Amino acid sequence: MIHLQNIEKVYRTSTIETLALNNINLDIKKGEFVSIMGPSGCGKSTLLNVMGLLDEPSKGTVQLDGQPVMKYTDKELAKLRNQKIGFIFQSFHLINDLTVLDNVEIPLLYRATNGKPRQEYAKEALAKVGLSNRMKHFPKQLSGGQKQRVAIARAIVGNPHIILADEPTGNLDSAMGNEIMTILQELNNEGATIVMVTHDEQMAKRTHRLIRLFDGTQVV
Amino acid sequence: MLLNYIKIAWKVLLRHPFYTFITLFGISLTLTVLMVLTSFLDHLIGSHYPENKRDRMLYIMQMRQQDSSRTSNMSGPMSFKFLTDYAKSLKMPERVTITTFINSSNAYVGSQKIKLNTKFTDADFWQVTDFVFLEGKPYNEQNITNGDQVAVITDDLKKQYFENATEPVIGKDIEIENIHYRIIGVVRASPFTRPFTYADVFFPYTAPKSNYRAAGMRGGYVAMILGKDKADLPAIQEEFQSHIDRIPLPGIQDGFKYSILEVKSEPYLDNFLGPLLEGNSGLTTIFFGVIIFVLFMLMGLPAINLVNINVSRIMERASEIGIRKAFGAPVQTLVWQFIVENIFITLIGGIIALGLTTIVIQLINTSGMIAYADLTINLNVFLISLLVCLIFGLLSGVLPALRMSKLTIVEALKS
Repeated sequence: MIHLQNIEKVYRTSTIETLALNNINLDIKKGEFVSIMGPSGCGKSTLLNVMGLLDEPSKGTVQLDGQPVMKYTDKELAKLRNQKIGFIFQSFHLINDLTVLDNVEIPLLYRATNGKPRQEYAKEALAKVGLSNRMKHFPKQLSGGQKQRVAIARAIVGNPHIILADEPTGNLDSAMGNEIMTILQELNNEGATIVMVTHDEQMAKRTHRLIRLFDGTQVV
Repeated sequence: MLLNYIKIAWKVLLRHPFYTFITLFGISLTLTVLMVLTSFLDHLIGSHYPENKRDRMLYIMQMRQQDSSRTSNMSGPMSFKFLTDYAKSLKMPERVTITTFINSSNAYVGSQKIKLNTKFTDADFWQVTDFVFLEGKPYNEQNITNGDQVAVITDDLKKQYFENATEPVIGKDIEIENIHYRIIGVVRASPFTRPFTYADVFFPYTAPKSNYRAAGMRGGYVAMILGKDKADLPAIQEEFQSHIDRIPLPGIQDGFKYSILEVKSEPYLDNFLGPLLEGNSGLTTIFFGVIIFVLFMLMGLPAINLVNINVSRIMERASEIGIRKAFGAPVQTLVWQFIVENIFITLIGGIIALGLTTIVIQLINTSGMIAYADLTINLNVFLISLLVCLIFGLLSGVLPALRMSKLTIVEALKS
């Protein structure tokens, strides 16, 4: 499903060059639930961003469903992200000016989905994460756990095959973290491929496979 | 999608009321100035009472006589005879009227002096123009042939001259410069910004002191030509020019020998711009250059200010941009979102400006700054303003949108 080959990512400033990812080779299979662990600054999020086509590697190739995406235009990459990938971020990244329902609708805005069905799909996604009663609320009126559930609804509303989660439980207490993890496991059981960056060994144990990074290099 | 853009634009407006106030204040003020200016220009050059048919009218305002070396020249209105011979005789127009341009006289109410603007006109004047008669009727060919001492006055003069302004005044006497005239009509006044039709009193050209019998080509008269159709105007101009070309040259006027004679029948605005810019392409360039510069300053500076505010505020929305990009928004779509948002904000500014303009125009109309002013926001003014709003919105939206498009998703999400 996701194939990374000889991936290298270098961040350059005028004075310093930082190697964030070094020769990463990785295969994520369809239906897998993979966790990525490692100390802070080891390149976990960078790796997830490269997988999710949010960031370009300095070297190497990324393949999604067997298609190399390195030469894709901005428009083609945007389409691919929109249709195949759903993101969940540690700090939720909800738009505070929009209601919960409007936030969840965002991925569908960039597809040819009309207003009425768009709302229906968003409501279904919210029902799936148990937030049907918070549709008209604004993100600021929600708890951390509720915000992350909204973010999950937004990630799954367009039925993507892949869900990339960057420390989805990082800002939550353990009870809420467990709740989120349960939802992710349910999504995985329904067929979604999930890659999750985490610091939490307990959460990582609940996934199928663990990848460990250290200083930008894959160690396990 | 559009609704979503507008929803976001509205939320952004509400997010920082102070910034919003500054932004909308700048836009509204600029657009108000532009709208009032457009309305004023429309008042000056558009088709309005009592020259409602200006779009199919030509004006002959002055004659210019030059010597062969083009070093000295004389210019000014023409004689009644000249215009009768060369303009009244035109075949193509629907009608041609001859009238004096600007004359002044005095009348007395008791011991109080009233300064009057007067006009001597032919009977066609009332057909070419669209004066509304509040009382009575205009003088006709018969009055002119008889040399009747009759007058048409404006409602404003009626109020000043007669004690009881509500009583009809038809048949009453008005004394101007020691001559008695019988009032046969009262019209709604025309503003002084329309010199071809503005006057307090109108006399038939055969009334005393009109000087209509003066010999020679120069005098105090001008002419208005009404075409049957707007499209006929170029042909009428040609016909008139062919009449002028028949005048033998060189000629002598008041001891001045002229070899070049220019008399033009032109649309209203050209009559005033023509003499200013004629024969000097450099001056024309400067004139239009200044206009473009002033317009640019009026529109450009607030637009630059808005661009500045937008560019700095865009960083505030970087996270939103990152989220949208991550979930599949192509750069092009986001650029459009920003442009639509800006146009929306500008249109709100436009609506406020429309309200402000209505107030300002009302103030101008009622203040007496321009006598009988009838400034309006008509369809033309509104459409021009709308166009200005859109240009303004585009100007201030494109640059921030391009700046935004350069943000990478990861950078945007980190903000």
